[in-house]
Amino acid sequence: MSAVILGQKVAPLPAVRPSDAPGRAFTLLSGFAALLIVLMTALIIGDVVVHGWQTVTWEFLSGVPRQGMTEGGIWPAIYGSLLLVVLMTFALVPFGVGAAIYLNEYANPDAPFTRAVRFSVHNLAGVPSIVFGLFGLGFFVQFVGMQMDRALGLDVTWGQPALIWASLTLALLNLPVVIVTTEESLRAVPREMREASLALGATRWQTIRHVLLPQAMPGILTGAILSVSRGAGEVAPILFTGAAYFLPYLPTSPTDQFMELGYHVFVLATQSPDVDATKPLLYGTVLVLLLMTLLLNLTAMLLRARLRANLAGRS
Amino acid sequence: MTPLPIRPGVNMARHRRMQRLREEFIAWVLRACAFSAVAGLLLIMIFVFREALPIFTSAETQREATFGGFFTVPNWQPVSDHPKYGIIPILIGTFKIVAVAMVFSVPVAVLAALFASEFASPRLREILKPTIEMLAGIPSVVLGFFALMVMASWIQSVTGSPVRLNALNAGLALSLGVLPTVFTVCEDALRAVPKSYREASLALGASRWQTAWRVTLPAASAGVAAGVLLGLARATGETMIVLMASGNAALGTASVFDSARTLSATIAAELAEVVVGSPHYSVLFFLGALLFLITFVINVAAGLLVDRLRRRLAGA
Amino acid sequence: MVTDVPTIRTRLADAPATDPAATPPQASPPHLVARDFHLFYGSNEALKGVSLEIPARTVTAIIGPSGCGKSTLLRSFNRMNDLIPNVRVTGELRISELNVLARDTDVVDLRRRVGMVFQRPNPFPKSIFENVVFGLRLLGVKDRGELEVRAEDSLRRAALWDEVKDRLDHSAMALSGGQQQRLCIARSMAIEPEVLLMDEPASALDPTATARVEELILELKSRYTIVVVTHNMQQAARVSDRTAFMMQGELVEFGDTRQLFTSPHKKLTEDYITGRFG
Ligand SMILES: Nc1ncnc2c1ncn2[C@@H]1O[C@H](COP(=O)(O)OP(=O)(O)OP(=O)(O)O)[C@@H](O)[C@H]1O
Ligand SMILES: [Mg+2]
Repeated sequence: MSAVILGQKVAPLPAVRPSDAPGRAFTLLSGFAALLIVLMTALIIGDVVVHGWQTVTWEFLSGVPRQGMTEGGIWPAIYGSLLLVVLMTFALVPFGVGAAIYLNEYANPDAPFTRAVRFSVHNLAGVPSIVFGLFGLGFFVQFVGMQMDRALGLDVTWGQPALIWASLTLALLNLPVVIVTTEESLRAVPREMREASLALGATRWQTIRHVLLPQAMPGILTGAILSVSRGAGEVAPILFTGAAYFLPYLPTSPTDQFMELGYHVFVLATQSPDVDATKPLLYGTVLVLLLMTLLLNLTAMLLRARLRANLAGRS
Repeated sequence: MTPLPIRPGVNMARHRRMQRLREEFIAWVLRACAFSAVAGLLLIMIFVFREALPIFTSAETQREATFGGFFTVPNWQPVSDHPKYGIIPILIGTFKIVAVAMVFSVPVAVLAALFASEFASPRLREILKPTIEMLAGIPSVVLGFFALMVMASWIQSVTGSPVRLNALNAGLALSLGVLPTVFTVCEDALRAVPKSYREASLALGASRWQTAWRVTLPAASAGVAAGVLLGLARATGETMIVLMASGNAALGTASVFDSARTLSATIAAELAEVVVGSPHYSVLFFLGALLFLITFVINVAAGLLVDRLRRRLAGA
Repeated sequence: MVTDVPTIRTRLADAPATDPAATPPQASPPHLVARDFHLFYGSNEALKGVSLEIPARTVTAIIGPSGCGKSTLLRSFNRMNDLIPNVRVTGELRISELNVLARDTDVVDLRRRVGMVFQRPNPFPKSIFENVVFGLRLLGVKDRGELEVRAEDSLRRAALWDEVKDRLDHSAMALSGGQQQRLCIARSMAIEPEVLLMDEPASALDPTATARVEELILELKSRYTIVVVTHNMQQAARVSDRTAFMMQGELVEFGDTRQLFTSPHKKLTEDYITGRFG
């Protein structure tokens, strides 16, 4: 049997399509891929929780490392991490939010300057964290710090690895995160609101200050929290800019070095003379670090979900 | 007739003038904030390259380390009486580990992204996406720790490899770090494909897989490629995972069962010990500059692809 | 519930197909059938018990105010509404002997038999040729010669061949809106469906392109059963044999196009077609 089309004989089309067995197999496979990711994530978190929860006591959280870091607690590391991210946030958020406001509210999207900023934001986000570490050392410590010491006539005070330099390095690393999330939330504010405010005679800045920023607040918070959580977990950028292997005292000045949770995990995991003896401490430290970052992430996620829900409700 | 002042007693003209000045000042400050991103990127380039410069300019540094020597000296032995700075073994190590990471993460991430955007019920998607954000939120030092303490033993018992910490272990751990990046970018690209393409395909009698494979994925291909590139850049630059999981021996062999060392891990492991300004210091900054250039090129390419996707879906 | 739908009872399900030109449309056996069909989007009842019978090889126009459920009814016949979460249906839909809503009906086979053209032209971002042969490839046709013959045939029938024959390998996205829509029609026809569903196929087109699509519908009538949703009553009058008027999820009146437009049975219909509405 055959059909004739345009004078040519062709086989008739099959009445029923060929079975799509490979398709079904691949569909299944894609489900497995998703499952694999979920399982691996659960496995990592589960392993840390199971082995770590017994270690995390009040003494552990509030004590200092003892016996060559095979005993004691991690308070200095927690304290150092907190100081680090607080300083980082103060340096980071004004710049990040300001840049996002500029990009979204002032900039002409096709101007060379705007494109240079966008290009920089995109590529800054892709610079490896270890390169930020090199930069922190080469710029903040060796250049800015040294110049400050020279100008102030001091001995080596600023020109060495320190809390302030580590915070600033992390701030630059997280700048794209804050810019991108803030921009997203500014974009989400409907144009009518801007127009309404401007039509009432408000200036551009008054509109931003009293209409846009309140609306965009959840988004800005999301960005800040995300970068804090990332800051609390990044080790490579602080390796040479201020993190200390062990300190007998808590940092009190921006020029002090500091202990940090992530770096402490690295030290315990790789530099310990007796791996089995430090294992409980190590798991405990990882659990604390993980809880800190995941809780921050969760908060950011919830905030963003609310932001998106608001958006969907409006349109 | 002059209009009545809204607030009696206030000189409106002066008020307006002050307001205009303030507006201009604020615009200027915001512009400066935006410039900080450009300045940051430029400063990174300048200061990383500056510290590597003695390799090209200082005779003293060149006595120990030369640019040509990086590629002709066979070994990396920076700490010895006659330091050797051959970076070939390090490049091989980087390539091996990154290759393992990409071979595992790309198929899994792309398939999972297809699952999330094409097949999953909304309920499943609500489980999958936060889980992946969680995975993305796990600090890399924790992934490195997990690879060092747990994964290495599993992998050794499965493969029977003589060394616990090797390129395979580091690559697999690294794939966990890269997965969320590739997944997220791919999924965004897939979801940006208009519903009308899917409807057209289904209405022509295509199955869901055929629609995903022949229509959605090709339409999103630029975005998927961008995701893979961003993952590649991330894998090449990632430090803590490989530093903890790879064994860090600069061997330059082809086998993934040998220990290996990457550019990033070399910098992390050695920079803290070197004298500032020494040849070794300059060499490590050179490695950093190299790493910066590699990832920069990949990122620029990924950015171009994303632009292309956007234009294409905008219907050009 | 609509009681006075002027339908002709089916005689024999397997009555021999007669020359459609020689017989008035009403004489053909029903090809598409809906019986007391309800559709809910969540709790919102978009179709409230629609019953109608559409004979083979006729053009049926569905008209009615925006939001009355025209697209919903159309999309039910090839189960495109399956893609929307929380859609619930009751009642019966048939295409010849096939029970559309049955659980074991293979939607992919169903859609292969029922072509659909959408309101906005939606070619794939592929070449013109690849667009036309997309469905053929799905059916396992691999032979290049056969693909080319069938592509040319479809494009000719869609009255597009002369405009694109020299650039089949160019992107379909570069065509004009009207050309894109005819390409989408060609794409649907390539797999030889029995039924063509068209959802406002000309609403995104200019008058010239609209005229071409209308001509095309009239030509295609000899091979397909066509159901076309339109907002344009002149268009309905020009292209269709029978017209269905819907309002708020109900089928108000369904009958011969000329009669429906000249002497409608229902007051509502008359108000709508004379523009005395709302
Ligand atoms: N995806 C959906 N989810 C929920 N409700 C829907 C959805 N699509 C349509 N509806 C509702 O169903 C009703 C019928 O919609 P439908 O699109 O079928 O109307 P229509 O007659 O095609 O209108 P138009 O002429 O504007 O295309 C409307 O009230 C609409 O709000
Ligand atoms: Mg409609």
